[in-house]
Amino acid sequence: MLANSGYAEIEELSRVIPSKERLAKGAVAIAECLQSIPCNPCNSACKRGAFLAFKDINDLPTVDVERCNGCGLCVSACPGLAIFVVDESFNETEALIKLPYEFLPLPIEGKDVPALDRKGEIVGTARVVKVQNTKTMDRTPVIWIAVPKAMSMIVRNIRP
Amino acid sequence: MEKTEILIIGGGPAGLEAAIHAAGLGAEVTLIERDPFLGGQLTKQTHMFFGSYEQFAGVRGVDIAEKLKKEIEENPKIKVLLNAAVAGIYPDGVVTVSQKNKFLKFKPNRIIVATGAYEKMLPFPNNDLPGICGAGGVQTLMNLYGVLPGQEIVMVGAGNIGLIVSYQLLQAGAKIKAILEASPNIGGYLVHAAKIRRMGVPILTSHSVKEAYGKDFVEGVVVHQLDEKWAPVPGTEERMSCDVLCLAVGLSPLSEILWQAGCEMKWIPELGGHVAVRDEDLLTTVSGLYIAGDVAGVEEASAAMVEGKLAGMAAAESLGYSVEGLLEKKDSARSELAELRAGHSGDKIRGGIDRVERLTRGKVTC
Repeated sequence: MLANSGYAEIEELSRVIPSKERLAKGAVAIAECLQSIPCNPCNSACKRGAFLAFKDINDLPTVDVERCNGCGLCVSACPGLAIFVVDESFNETEALIKLPYEFLPLPIEGKDVPALDRKGEIVGTARVVKVQNTKTMDRTPVIWIAVPKAMSMIVRNIRP
Repeated sequence: MEKTEILIIGGGPAGLEAAIHAAGLGAEVTLIERDPFLGGQLTKQTHMFFGSYEQFAGVRGVDIAEKLKKEIEENPKIKVLLNAAVAGIYPDGVVTVSQKNKFLKFKPNRIIVATGAYEKMLPFPNNDLPGICGAGGVQTLMNLYGVLPGQEIVMVGAGNIGLIVSYQLLQAGAKIKAILEASPNIGGYLVHAAKIRRMGVPILTSHSVKEAYGKDFVEGVVVHQLDEKWAPVPGTEERMSCDVLCLAVGLSPLSEILWQAGCEMKWIPELGGHVAVRDEDLLTTVSGLYIAGDVAGVEEASAAMVEGKLAGMAAAESLGYSVEGLLEKKDSARSELAELRAGHSGDKIRGGIDRVERLTRGKVTC
Protein backbone atom coordinates (compact mmCIF):
# COMPACT_ATOMS: atom_id res chain seq x y z
CA MET A 1 0.00 0.00 0.00
CA LEU A 2 1.17 3.49 -0.85
CA ALA A 3 0.65 4.76 2.70
CA ASN A 4 3.04 2.28 4.31
CA SER A 5 5.44 1.30 1.52
CA GLY A 6 5.65 4.34 -0.75
CA TYR A 7 4.37 2.51 -3.82
CA ALA A 8 0.80 2.33 -4.99
CA GLU A 9 -0.67 -1.05 -5.90
CA ILE A 10 -2.50 -1.10 -9.20
CA GLU A 11 -5.86 -1.35 -7.36
CA GLU A 12 -5.13 1.91 -5.54
CA LEU A 13 -4.64 3.56 -8.90
CA SER A 14 -7.97 2.50 -10.41
CA ARG A 15 -9.41 5.98 -9.74
CA VAL A 16 -6.77 7.68 -11.89
CA ILE A 17 -6.20 5.20 -14.73
CA PRO A 18 -8.24 6.10 -17.85
CA SER A 19 -10.43 3.54 -19.59
CA LYS A 20 -8.92 1.06 -22.05
CA GLU A 21 -10.74 2.85 -24.87
CA ARG A 22 -9.32 6.25 -23.94
CA LEU A 23 -5.82 4.81 -23.55
CA ALA A 24 -6.05 3.23 -26.99
CA LYS A 25 -6.92 6.61 -28.52
CA GLY A 26 -3.61 8.21 -27.59
CA ALA A 27 -1.61 10.25 -25.11
CA VAL A 28 -3.26 11.10 -21.80
CA ALA A 29 -2.07 12.37 -18.41
CA ILE A 30 -2.29 10.12 -15.37
CA ALA A 31 -2.00 11.95 -12.04
CA GLU A 32 -0.81 9.39 -9.50
CA CYS A 33 -1.74 11.81 -6.74
CA LEU A 34 -3.74 9.81 -4.22
CA GLN A 35 -3.45 11.78 -1.00
CA SER A 36 -5.24 15.00 -0.23
CA ILE A 37 -2.57 17.70 0.24
CA PRO A 38 -2.78 21.47 -0.29
CA CYS A 39 -1.48 21.74 -3.86
CA ASN A 40 -2.86 22.87 -7.24
CA PRO A 41 -0.18 23.72 -9.87
CA CYS A 42 -1.42 20.95 -12.22
CA ASN A 43 -4.65 22.87 -12.61
CA SER A 44 -2.90 26.11 -13.56
CA ALA A 45 -0.28 24.42 -15.77
CA CYS A 46 -2.85 22.94 -18.15
CA LYS A 47 -3.63 25.22 -21.07
CA ARG A 48 -6.61 23.10 -22.12
CA GLY A 49 -8.40 23.10 -18.78
CA ALA A 50 -8.09 19.33 -18.55
CA PHE A 51 -7.43 19.43 -14.81
CA LEU A 52 -10.86 20.13 -13.37
CA ALA A 53 -11.12 23.23 -11.20
CA PHE A 54 -10.32 22.73 -7.51
CA LYS A 55 -13.12 23.60 -5.10
CA ASP A 56 -10.63 23.27 -2.27
CA ILE A 57 -6.86 23.36 -2.67
CA ASN A 58 -6.77 19.99 -0.88
CA ASP A 59 -8.88 18.29 -3.57
CA LEU A 60 -7.33 15.45 -5.54
CA PRO A 61 -6.73 16.31 -9.19
CA THR A 62 -9.19 14.96 -11.74
CA VAL A 63 -8.17 14.77 -15.39
CA ASP A 64 -10.86 15.35 -17.99
CA VAL A 65 -9.52 12.69 -20.35
CA GLU A 66 -11.49 14.06 -23.28
CA ARG A 67 -9.83 17.48 -23.00
CA CYS A 68 -6.34 16.11 -22.24
CA ASN A 69 -4.13 15.61 -25.29
CA GLY A 70 -1.15 14.31 -23.33
CA CYS A 71 1.07 17.33 -24.08
CA GLY A 72 2.93 16.79 -20.79
CA LEU A 73 3.08 20.39 -19.54
CA CYS A 74 1.74 19.17 -16.19
CA VAL A 75 4.48 16.53 -15.86
CA SER A 76 7.22 19.00 -14.97
CA ALA A 77 4.82 21.39 -13.21
CA CYS A 78 3.69 18.87 -10.57
CA PRO A 79 5.68 19.56 -7.35
CA GLY A 80 5.16 15.93 -6.35
CA LEU A 81 6.48 14.55 -9.67
CA ALA A 82 3.37 12.41 -9.66
CA ILE A 83 2.04 12.96 -13.19
CA PHE A 84 2.88 10.71 -16.12
CA VAL A 85 1.66 10.73 -19.71
CA VAL A 86 0.92 7.39 -21.35
CA ASP A 87 0.35 6.97 -25.09
CA GLU A 88 -0.72 3.46 -26.02
CA SER A 89 -1.18 4.46 -29.67
CA PHE A 90 2.56 5.15 -30.03
CA ASN A 91 3.10 2.22 -32.40
CA GLU A 92 1.99 -1.37 -32.96
CA THR A 93 3.89 -2.90 -30.08
CA GLU A 94 5.06 -0.10 -27.82
CA ALA A 95 3.54 2.52 -25.54
CA LEU A 96 5.16 5.88 -24.94
CA ILE A 97 5.59 7.11 -21.35
CA LYS A 98 6.57 10.68 -20.46
CA LEU A 99 8.02 10.85 -16.96
CA PRO A 100 9.67 13.51 -14.77
CA TYR A 101 13.34 12.84 -14.10
CA GLU A 102 15.55 15.07 -11.91
CA PHE A 103 18.82 13.13 -11.94
CA LEU A 104 22.14 13.56 -13.69
CA PRO A 105 23.41 12.37 -16.06
CA LEU A 106 20.30 12.64 -18.19
CA PRO A 107 19.66 9.60 -20.37
CA ILE A 108 20.69 9.72 -24.04
CA GLU A 109 18.08 9.73 -26.79
CA GLY A 110 17.98 6.50 -28.76
CA LYS A 111 19.69 4.43 -26.02
CA ASP A 112 18.13 1.50 -24.18
CA VAL A 113 17.93 1.89 -20.40
CA PRO A 114 16.65 -0.29 -17.55
CA ALA A 115 12.93 0.32 -16.95
CA LEU A 116 11.82 0.44 -13.31
CA ASP A 117 8.43 -0.03 -11.69
CA ARG A 118 6.97 1.96 -8.79
CA LYS A 119 9.14 -0.01 -6.36
CA GLY A 120 12.29 0.87 -8.31
CA GLU A 121 12.75 -2.73 -9.42
CA ILE A 122 13.99 -3.41 -12.94
CA VAL A 123 11.13 -4.87 -14.94
CA GLY A 124 12.49 -4.61 -18.47
CA THR A 125 14.12 -2.30 -20.97
CA ALA A 126 12.96 1.10 -22.20
CA ARG A 127 14.13 3.00 -25.27
CA VAL A 128 14.76 6.69 -24.65
CA VAL A 129 12.79 8.51 -27.34
CA LYS A 130 13.29 12.09 -26.27
CA VAL A 131 14.80 14.17 -23.47
CA GLN A 132 12.96 17.45 -22.90
CA ASN A 133 14.69 20.00 -20.71
CA THR A 134 13.40 23.46 -21.55
CA LYS A 135 13.55 26.62 -19.46
CA THR A 136 9.82 26.36 -18.70
CA MET A 137 10.42 22.94 -17.21
CA ASP A 138 12.58 24.65 -14.56
CA ARG A 139 15.05 21.81 -13.95
CA THR A 140 12.49 19.02 -14.02
CA PRO A 141 13.32 17.35 -17.35
CA VAL A 142 10.70 15.12 -18.96
CA ILE A 143 11.93 11.86 -20.47
CA TRP A 144 9.96 10.10 -23.21
CA ILE A 145 10.47 6.36 -23.20
CA ALA A 146 9.04 3.55 -25.31
CA VAL A 147 8.14 0.30 -23.54
CA PRO A 148 6.21 -2.82 -24.60
CA LYS A 149 2.49 -2.00 -24.45
CA ALA A 150 1.85 -4.46 -21.63
CA MET A 151 4.24 -2.43 -19.44
CA SER A 152 2.52 0.93 -19.85
CA MET A 153 1.00 0.90 -16.35
CA ILE A 154 3.99 -0.77 -14.71
CA VAL A 155 7.03 1.25 -15.77
CA ARG A 156 7.38 4.58 -13.94
CA ASN A 157 11.10 5.24 -13.82
CA ILE A 158 14.39 4.55 -15.56
CA ARG A 159 18.01 4.11 -14.62
CA PRO A 160 20.32 5.72 -17.18
CA MET B 1 20.55 52.65 21.75
CA GLU B 2 19.24 52.02 18.23
CA LYS B 3 15.66 52.83 17.39
CA THR B 4 13.47 50.88 15.02
CA GLU B 5 9.71 50.56 14.74
CA ILE B 6 9.56 46.82 14.13
CA LEU B 7 12.38 44.45 14.96
CA ILE B 8 12.12 41.07 13.28
CA ILE B 9 14.18 38.22 14.68
CA GLY B 10 15.00 35.65 12.02
CA GLY B 11 15.40 36.02 8.23
CA GLY B 12 13.77 32.76 7.12
CA PRO B 13 10.51 32.43 5.17
CA ALA B 14 8.37 33.89 7.99
CA GLY B 15 10.75 36.75 8.86
CA LEU B 16 11.24 37.76 5.21
CA GLU B 17 7.51 37.92 4.53
CA ALA B 18 6.93 39.74 7.83
CA ALA B 19 9.52 42.38 6.89
CA ILE B 20 8.09 42.86 3.38
CA HIS B 21 4.53 43.23 4.64
CA ALA B 22 5.29 45.44 7.64
CA ALA B 23 7.39 47.74 5.45
CA GLY B 24 4.66 47.54 2.80
CA LEU B 25 2.37 49.35 5.20
CA GLY B 26 5.01 51.99 5.81
CA ALA B 27 6.74 50.82 9.01
CA GLU B 28 10.51 51.08 9.51
CA VAL B 29 11.80 47.52 9.91
CA THR B 30 15.06 46.03 11.14
CA LEU B 31 15.58 42.37 10.25
CA ILE B 32 18.09 40.42 12.33
CA GLU B 33 19.62 37.23 10.90
CA ARG B 34 22.14 34.98 12.60
CA ASP B 35 23.54 33.55 9.34
CA PRO B 36 25.66 35.54 6.87
CA PHE B 37 22.74 35.40 4.40
CA LEU B 38 18.96 35.69 4.39
CA GLY B 39 16.55 32.91 3.47
CA GLY B 40 16.75 30.41 6.33
CA GLN B 41 15.61 26.92 5.37
CA LEU B 42 14.49 28.16 1.95
CA THR B 43 18.12 28.46 0.84
CA LYS B 44 18.53 24.68 0.81
CA GLN B 45 15.13 23.62 -0.43
CA THR B 46 15.66 22.56 -4.02
CA HIS B 47 12.24 20.96 -4.42
CA MET B 48 9.16 22.66 -5.84
CA PHE B 49 6.75 23.97 -3.22
CA PHE B 50 3.19 22.76 -2.79
CA GLY B 51 0.31 25.06 -1.94
CA SER B 52 -1.24 27.54 -4.33
CA TYR B 53 -0.04 30.47 -6.44
CA GLU B 54 -0.11 32.82 -3.39
CA GLN B 55 2.44 30.63 -1.63
CA PHE B 56 4.65 30.21 -4.73
CA ALA B 57 3.43 26.68 -5.52
CA GLY B 58 5.57 24.99 -8.14
CA VAL B 59 8.55 27.27 -7.38
CA ARG B 60 11.65 25.82 -5.72
CA GLY B 61 12.35 27.04 -2.19
CA VAL B 62 15.78 28.33 -3.13
CA ASP B 63 14.22 30.51 -5.86
CA ILE B 64 11.58 31.81 -3.44
CA ALA B 65 14.42 32.91 -1.14
CA GLU B 66 16.03 34.87 -3.99
CA LYS B 67 12.75 36.53 -4.89
CA LEU B 68 12.03 37.61 -1.31
CA LYS B 69 15.64 38.71 -0.73
CA LYS B 70 15.47 40.95 -3.78
CA GLU B 71 12.26 42.58 -2.54
CA ILE B 72 13.92 43.23 0.83
CA GLU B 73 17.07 44.68 -0.71
CA GLU B 74 15.02 47.05 -2.85
CA ASN B 75 12.92 48.30 0.05
CA PRO B 76 14.52 51.34 1.74
CA LYS B 77 12.30 50.85 4.81
CA ILE B 78 14.00 47.55 5.68
CA LYS B 79 17.41 47.46 7.32
CA VAL B 80 19.08 44.03 7.42
CA LEU B 81 21.66 42.94 9.99
CA LEU B 82 23.44 39.72 9.06
CA ASN B 83 25.72 37.62 11.29
CA ALA B 84 23.66 39.00 14.15
CA ALA B 85 22.19 36.98 17.01
CA VAL B 86 19.62 38.26 19.46
CA ALA B 87 20.83 37.74 23.00
CA GLY B 88 17.81 38.80 25.01
CA ILE B 89 14.55 40.70 25.29
CA TYR B 90 14.34 42.72 28.51
CA PRO B 91 11.34 43.94 30.54
CA ASP B 92 11.98 47.55 29.51
CA GLY B 93 11.59 46.49 25.86
CA VAL B 94 15.30 46.56 25.06
CA VAL B 95 16.55 43.85 22.70
CA THR B 96 20.25 43.06 22.78
CA VAL B 97 22.02 41.81 19.67
CA SER B 98 25.50 40.46 19.22
CA GLN B 99 26.92 41.06 15.77
CA LYS B 100 30.48 39.88 15.16
CA ASN B 101 32.39 41.73 17.89
CA LYS B 102 29.75 44.37 18.45
CA PHE B 103 27.06 44.41 21.09
CA LEU B 104 24.01 46.37 19.98
CA LYS B 105 20.96 47.55 21.89
CA PHE B 106 17.63 48.15 20.19
CA LYS B 107 14.49 49.79 21.49
CA PRO B 108 11.83 48.66 19.03
CA ASN B 109 8.15 49.54 19.21
CA ARG B 110 7.16 46.06 18.10
CA ILE B 111 8.96 42.70 17.88
CA ILE B 112 8.22 39.78 15.57
CA VAL B 113 9.94 36.56 16.60
CA ALA B 114 10.49 34.27 13.61
CA THR B 115 13.36 32.14 14.90
CA GLY B 116 12.21 28.86 13.35
CA ALA B 117 12.84 25.45 14.85
CA TYR B 118 15.61 23.02 15.75
CA GLU B 119 15.99 19.33 14.99
CA LYS B 120 14.95 16.74 17.53
CA MET B 121 17.37 14.02 18.60
CA LEU B 122 16.59 10.34 19.08
CA PRO B 123 17.88 8.43 22.12
CA PHE B 124 19.60 5.11 21.34
CA PRO B 125 22.96 3.55 22.29
CA ASN B 126 25.96 5.13 20.50
CA ASN B 127 23.95 8.02 19.11
CA ASP B 128 26.98 10.23 19.72
CA LEU B 129 29.15 8.50 17.10
CA PRO B 130 30.48 10.83 14.39
CA GLY B 131 28.46 10.35 11.22
CA ILE B 132 25.13 10.46 13.02
CA CYS B 133 23.56 13.75 12.05
CA GLY B 134 20.33 15.62 11.73
CA ALA B 135 18.74 15.62 8.27
CA GLY B 136 18.65 19.40 8.25
CA GLY B 137 22.36 19.46 9.01
CA VAL B 138 23.05 17.06 6.14
CA GLN B 139 20.94 19.27 3.86
CA THR B 140 22.98 22.33 4.88
CA LEU B 141 26.29 20.56 4.23
CA MET B 142 25.10 19.25 0.90
CA ASN B 143 23.03 22.07 -0.58
CA LEU B 144 24.75 25.12 0.88
CA TYR B 145 28.36 24.01 1.07
CA GLY B 146 28.52 21.30 -1.58
CA VAL B 147 29.75 18.63 0.84
CA LEU B 148 28.31 15.13 0.64
CA PRO B 149 28.66 13.74 4.17
CA GLY B 150 28.75 10.08 3.17
CA GLN B 151 28.08 7.47 0.52
CA GLU B 152 25.79 4.96 2.23
CA ILE B 153 23.02 6.53 4.22
CA VAL B 154 20.35 5.20 6.53
CA MET B 155 17.58 7.74 7.07
CA VAL B 156 15.41 7.67 10.18
CA GLY B 157 12.00 9.25 9.70
CA ALA B 158 9.63 9.27 6.73
CA GLY B 159 8.15 12.69 7.35
CA ASN B 160 8.60 15.33 4.67
CA ILE B 161 12.11 16.26 5.79
CA GLY B 162 13.32 12.64 5.82
CA LEU B 163 11.80 12.00 2.40
CA ILE B 164 13.04 15.21 0.79
CA VAL B 165 16.57 14.96 2.17
CA SER B 166 16.74 11.30 1.04
CA TYR B 167 15.75 12.37 -2.47
CA GLN B 168 18.36 15.13 -2.50
CA LEU B 169 21.02 12.69 -1.25
CA LEU B 170 20.12 10.42 -4.18
CA GLN B 171 20.42 13.39 -6.54
CA ALA B 172 23.85 14.10 -5.07
CA GLY B 173 24.93 10.54 -5.83
CA ALA B 174 24.68 8.86 -2.42
CA LYS B 175 23.00 5.52 -1.83
CA ILE B 176 20.09 5.40 0.61
CA LYS B 177 20.10 1.95 2.23
CA ALA B 178 16.64 2.44 3.73
CA ILE B 179 14.30 4.95 5.27
CA LEU B 180 13.13 3.77 8.70
CA GLU B 181 9.82 4.96 10.09
CA ALA B 182 8.61 3.95 13.55
CA SER B 183 4.98 4.64 12.75
CA PRO B 184 2.98 2.11 10.69
CA ASN B 185 2.41 4.78 8.04
CA ILE B 186 4.53 7.26 6.12
CA GLY B 187 4.15 10.69 7.73
CA GLY B 188 5.28 12.87 4.82
CA TYR B 189 3.49 13.54 1.56
CA LEU B 190 2.99 10.26 -0.31
CA VAL B 191 4.08 11.83 -3.60
CA HIS B 192 7.52 12.45 -2.03
CA ALA B 193 7.56 8.84 -0.79
CA ALA B 194 6.60 7.50 -4.22
CA LYS B 195 9.37 9.35 -6.05
CA ILE B 196 12.01 7.92 -3.67
CA ARG B 197 10.51 4.45 -3.69
CA ARG B 198 10.63 4.29 -7.50
CA MET B 199 14.39 4.98 -7.25
CA GLY B 200 14.52 1.65 -5.40
CA VAL B 201 14.81 2.96 -1.83
CA PRO B 202 12.97 0.76 0.69
CA ILE B 203 10.75 2.64 3.12
CA LEU B 204 10.47 0.42 6.20
CA THR B 205 7.47 1.48 8.26
CA SER B 206 7.12 0.09 11.82
CA HIS B 207 10.93 -0.02 11.98
CA SER B 208 13.37 1.89 14.12
CA VAL B 209 16.99 2.09 15.22
CA LYS B 210 17.91 -0.18 18.12
CA GLU B 211 21.49 1.01 18.29
CA ALA B 212 24.35 2.29 16.20
CA TYR B 213 27.74 0.62 16.03
CA GLY B 214 31.21 1.63 14.95
CA LYS B 215 34.64 2.26 16.46
CA ASP B 216 35.59 5.85 15.69
CA PHE B 217 32.77 6.60 13.31
CA VAL B 218 29.33 5.13 12.66
CA GLU B 219 29.72 1.90 10.68
CA GLY B 220 26.14 0.75 10.78
CA VAL B 221 22.92 0.42 12.70
CA VAL B 222 20.92 -2.37 14.21
CA VAL B 223 17.40 -2.01 12.94
CA HIS B 224 14.39 -3.66 14.55
CA GLN B 225 10.72 -3.94 13.83
CA LEU B 226 8.08 -2.35 16.08
CA ASP B 227 4.63 -3.73 16.84
CA GLU B 228 1.41 -1.72 16.75
CA LYS B 229 2.19 -0.35 20.23
CA TRP B 230 5.64 0.77 19.02
CA ALA B 231 7.32 -1.93 21.15
CA PRO B 232 10.32 -3.72 19.57
CA VAL B 233 9.54 -7.18 18.18
CA PRO B 234 12.20 -9.57 19.57
CA GLY B 235 14.21 -11.46 16.97
CA THR B 236 13.72 -8.89 14.22
CA GLU B 237 17.12 -7.21 14.70
CA GLU B 238 19.07 -6.72 11.53
CA ARG B 239 22.43 -5.06 10.92
CA MET B 240 22.59 -2.47 8.21
CA SER B 241 25.96 -0.92 7.32
CA CYS B 242 26.18 2.82 6.64
CA ASP B 243 28.60 5.71 6.90
CA VAL B 244 25.94 8.28 7.75
CA LEU B 245 22.90 7.80 9.92
CA CYS B 246 20.60 10.67 9.24
CA LEU B 247 17.91 11.60 11.77
CA ALA B 248 14.73 13.28 10.57
CA VAL B 249 12.59 12.77 13.63
CA GLY B 250 10.87 16.10 13.83
CA LEU B 251 11.45 19.70 14.77
CA SER B 252 10.84 21.73 17.91
CA PRO B 253 10.06 25.45 17.97
CA LEU B 254 13.15 27.52 18.80
CA SER B 255 11.33 29.43 21.49
CA GLU B 256 13.90 30.27 24.21
CA ILE B 257 13.63 33.97 23.48
CA LEU B 258 9.85 33.81 24.01
CA TRP B 259 10.27 32.17 27.42
CA GLN B 260 12.80 34.82 28.32
CA ALA B 261 10.47 37.60 27.19
CA GLY B 262 7.79 36.19 29.49
CA CYS B 263 5.29 34.93 26.92
CA GLU B 264 2.68 32.51 28.21
CA MET B 265 3.78 29.15 26.76
CA LYS B 266 1.88 25.93 26.23
CA TRP B 267 3.04 22.40 25.53
CA ILE B 268 1.42 21.42 22.25
CA PRO B 269 3.01 18.22 20.87
CA GLU B 270 1.14 18.60 17.55
CA LEU B 271 3.04 21.86 16.99
CA GLY B 272 6.40 20.37 17.98
CA GLY B 273 6.69 21.37 21.63
CA HIS B 274 6.32 24.58 23.62
CA VAL B 275 4.67 27.40 21.72
CA ALA B 276 3.42 30.82 22.75
CA VAL B 277 -0.26 31.54 23.29
CA ARG B 278 -1.33 33.99 20.57
CA ASP B 279 -4.36 35.76 19.15
CA GLU B 280 -5.57 35.74 15.54
CA ASP B 281 -3.00 38.46 14.71
CA LEU B 282 -0.20 36.23 16.07
CA LEU B 283 0.26 38.62 19.00
CA THR B 284 1.55 36.82 22.10
CA THR B 285 0.59 37.60 25.71
CA VAL B 286 3.54 40.04 25.87
CA SER B 287 2.46 43.44 24.63
CA GLY B 288 3.86 44.25 21.16
CA LEU B 289 5.49 40.84 20.67
CA TYR B 290 4.33 38.80 17.67
CA ILE B 291 5.34 35.36 16.40
CA ALA B 292 5.41 33.77 12.94
CA GLY B 293 6.66 30.59 11.30
CA ASP B 294 7.94 27.40 12.92
CA VAL B 295 8.49 29.08 16.30
CA ALA B 296 4.70 29.53 16.42
CA GLY B 297 4.23 25.82 15.63
CA VAL B 298 6.12 23.56 13.24
CA GLU B 299 4.48 23.46 9.79
CA GLU B 300 5.44 23.65 6.13
CA ALA B 301 7.36 26.72 4.90
CA SER B 302 4.28 27.77 2.90
CA ALA B 303 2.38 28.31 6.16
CA ALA B 304 5.39 30.09 7.69
CA MET B 305 5.35 32.61 4.84
CA VAL B 306 1.65 33.32 5.28
CA GLU B 307 2.06 33.72 9.05
CA GLY B 308 4.89 36.16 8.38
CA LYS B 309 2.65 38.16 6.08
CA LEU B 310 -0.08 38.29 8.72
CA ALA B 311 2.19 39.15 11.68
CA GLY B 312 3.98 41.80 9.61
CA MET B 313 0.73 43.50 8.65
CA ALA B 314 -0.70 43.22 12.17
CA ALA B 315 2.41 44.68 13.84
CA ALA B 316 2.49 47.64 11.44
CA GLU B 317 -1.24 48.17 11.83
CA SER B 318 -0.89 48.32 15.61
CA LEU B 319 1.52 51.24 15.10
CA GLY B 320 -1.14 53.13 13.20
CA TYR B 321 -0.06 52.23 9.66
CA SER B 322 -2.66 51.16 7.18
CA VAL B 323 -3.38 50.60 3.51
CA GLU B 324 -6.60 50.32 1.64
CA GLY B 325 -8.24 46.97 2.19
CA LEU B 326 -5.98 46.00 5.10
CA LEU B 327 -8.70 44.08 6.92
CA GLU B 328 -9.45 42.06 3.78
CA LYS B 329 -5.74 41.40 3.25
CA LYS B 330 -5.39 40.07 6.78
CA ASP B 331 -8.53 37.97 6.42
CA SER B 332 -7.27 36.59 3.14
CA ALA B 333 -3.98 35.57 4.83
CA ARG B 334 -6.02 33.81 7.51
CA SER B 335 -8.04 32.03 4.83
CA GLU B 336 -4.82 30.96 3.11
CA LEU B 337 -3.67 29.45 6.41
CA ALA B 338 -7.03 27.73 6.90
CA GLU B 339 -6.75 26.27 3.37
CA LEU B 340 -3.19 25.03 3.89
CA ARG B 341 -4.31 23.33 7.09
CA ALA B 342 -7.63 22.08 5.76
CA GLY B 343 -6.66 18.67 4.39
CA HIS B 344 -6.11 15.45 6.25
CA SER B 345 -2.41 16.31 6.55
CA GLY B 346 -3.42 19.43 8.51
CA ASP B 347 -5.55 17.63 11.13
CA LYS B 348 -2.86 17.70 13.81
CA ILE B 349 -1.87 21.30 13.12
CA ARG B 350 -5.49 22.48 13.36
CA GLY B 351 -5.99 20.60 16.62
CA GLY B 352 -2.81 22.13 18.05
CA ILE B 353 -3.62 25.66 17.00
CA ASP B 354 -7.13 25.46 18.41
CA ARG B 355 -5.57 24.87 21.84
CA VAL B 356 -3.13 27.76 21.74
CA GLU B 357 -4.98 30.48 19.87
CA ARG B 358 -7.08 32.89 21.95
CA LEU B 359 -9.46 34.50 19.57
CA THR B 360 -10.57 38.04 20.25
CA ARG B 361 -12.84 38.49 17.25
CA GLY B 362 -14.44 35.07 16.79
CA LYS B 363 -13.31 32.29 14.52
CA VAL B 364 -12.40 32.96 10.90
CA THR B 365 -13.61 30.42 8.43
CA CYS B 366 -12.89 30.33 4.75
